[in-house]
Amino acid sequence: MHKPKFQKRSLFMLAYVVFALLPIYWMINMSFKTNNEIVAGFSLLPNHFTWDNYKTILSDVAWYSGYINSLIYVGINTVISLCVALPAAYAFSRYSFLGDKHVFFWLLTNRMTPPAVFLLPFFQLYTSVGLMDTHIAVALAHLLFNVPLAVWILEGFMSGIPREIDETAYIDGYTFPRFFIRIFIPLIKAGVGVAAFFCFMFSWVELLLARTLTSVNAKPIAATMTRTVSAAGMDWATLAAAGVLTIVPGAIVIWFVRNYIAKGFAMGRV
Amino acid sequence: MNASNKPVNQKAWFLILPVLVCVAFSAILPLMTVVNYSVQDIISPERRVFVGTEWFAAIMRDEELHGALWRQLKFSFAVLALEIPLGILLALSMPAQGWKSSLALVVVSLSLLIPWNVVGTIWQIFGRTDIGLMGAALQGMGIEYSYTGNALHAWLTVLLMDVWHWTPLVALLGYAGLRSIPDAYYQAASIDGASKFDVFRYVQLPKMRGVLMIAVLLRFMDSFMIYTEPFVLTGGGPGNSTTFLSQFLTQKAVGQFDLGPAAAFSLIYFLIILLMCFILYNWMQRVGTQTKEVGHA
Repeated sequence: MHKPKFQKRSLFMLAYVVFALLPIYWMINMSFKTNNEIVAGFSLLPNHFTWDNYKTILSDVAWYSGYINSLIYVGINTVISLCVALPAAYAFSRYSFLGDKHVFFWLLTNRMTPPAVFLLPFFQLYTSVGLMDTHIAVALAHLLFNVPLAVWILEGFMSGIPREIDETAYIDGYTFPRFFIRIFIPLIKAGVGVAAFFCFMFSWVELLLARTLTSVNAKPIAATMTRTVSAAGMDWATLAAAGVLTIVPGAIVIWFVRNYIAKGFAMGRV
Repeated sequence: MNASNKPVNQKAWFLILPVLVCVAFSAILPLMTVVNYSVQDIISPERRVFVGTEWFAAIMRDEELHGALWRQLKFSFAVLALEIPLGILLALSMPAQGWKSSLALVVVSLSLLIPWNVVGTIWQIFGRTDIGLMGAALQGMGIEYSYTGNALHAWLTVLLMDVWHWTPLVALLGYAGLRSIPDAYYQAASIDGASKFDVFRYVQLPKMRGVLMIAVLLRFMDSFMIYTEPFVLTGGGPGNSTTFLSQFLTQKAVGQFDLGPAAAFSLIYFLIILLMCFILYNWMQRVGTQTKEVGHA
């Protein structure tokens, strides 16, 4: 009775993996073709295998600086998000204070603002403080949706740690900052990993804000790609190669946090 | 957050202060600006007329907007109805340990890590009947598939793209929730002679409640604000069959430069999302506790 059920599930898993990978396979396939071959017709494998598209991207500053810019602001954003979210999540998970529930829900509402109309005020705000076209500007703007999520996830992990641990540490003479950094953060390492993954992901894929707040110096890769789309004659091959390369950093990050997701959430919000 | 027996400590405000400063900087000033726009007629940056609630009244009667809102609601409902069960099923099917589980996690998460406009581009090509795998396959099966010409096909393609893109989020969260269930629960269930379905209904589902709540709320909010992917894939067409709320809003704000009405509309938009999330949040919390009671009985 146990066996067949398991097999049915493996079959479903396999079907999903195929579904998940097919569009990506198609992009990878295209990234190894020439533009002529792509437009000429349908083929499952590239007939004239070429690395040229990747070479174009890796040798042209206009292309590869996009990846560097994106990585810089995503990195800044992830670090700031975690640094401010950790103490806040601790406060929410350990204490009750005036208006705590309201503040918690208010934080979440910041994920719900429709971006379109908020773009102009954002543009004006960052122009007036002189941060336009800097990595910091995008990193700060992305805090809007990443900080609430990080607080939410970390609060869940922290609530899973018994309060007795805090109390014992204080009795042993630990001050709060020392206890927090030496004892508490190592305990919720997994939660930090998961939160970092989500911050990385949402900041990496966001386009509208990043594009509005940058022009040249901090232009993200996603925005560089839209310019190719609007150019006369679609450069599908380069576009596909650029697309493949946007997956790589994320895939590396998920590889590092995979064990945290598998085991770590054990203590999380459940 | 359940505030059952936490000590009261007003100094905790100092711990959340950095978060408040960070978020308030990017949240309150832009929001105030939008509120400011919403009550003015902006003819040019120098010439503005205060119009009070006129825009709000006009928006409420806008037929086109009702159409976009209705399409949006149908789309978000379809997204939740497909992605949540599929995500749970996927979470249940993913291998629990070993290299297979690592591999499954990486493969499943891939689609989440692709920038949204790239997602649109991938599907744009993938669905083309001349050079795309899916388009060509459907054509081969004798279906007159065209996401640029047929409204239903366009809608279904956007939906399929969203399922492909976001089901992994539900699956990852659900998977993490499942891994947190101690073996003792399964042993107890098997002693009681519980069937597979009973285990799912009374052990796994209640234990996944917390993470599923995050998943449902995130999927609702994000699908309700979907913009980039359909914009790249179909541009809102054919006709207005895939013009969802945020695209309608952008057409107003950027295309026609009607900042006043667009601002008023985005405030209403925001309130709709807020209200729906509030309802979902409370409903899921009630459902959860009832499940627990049944489980104990």
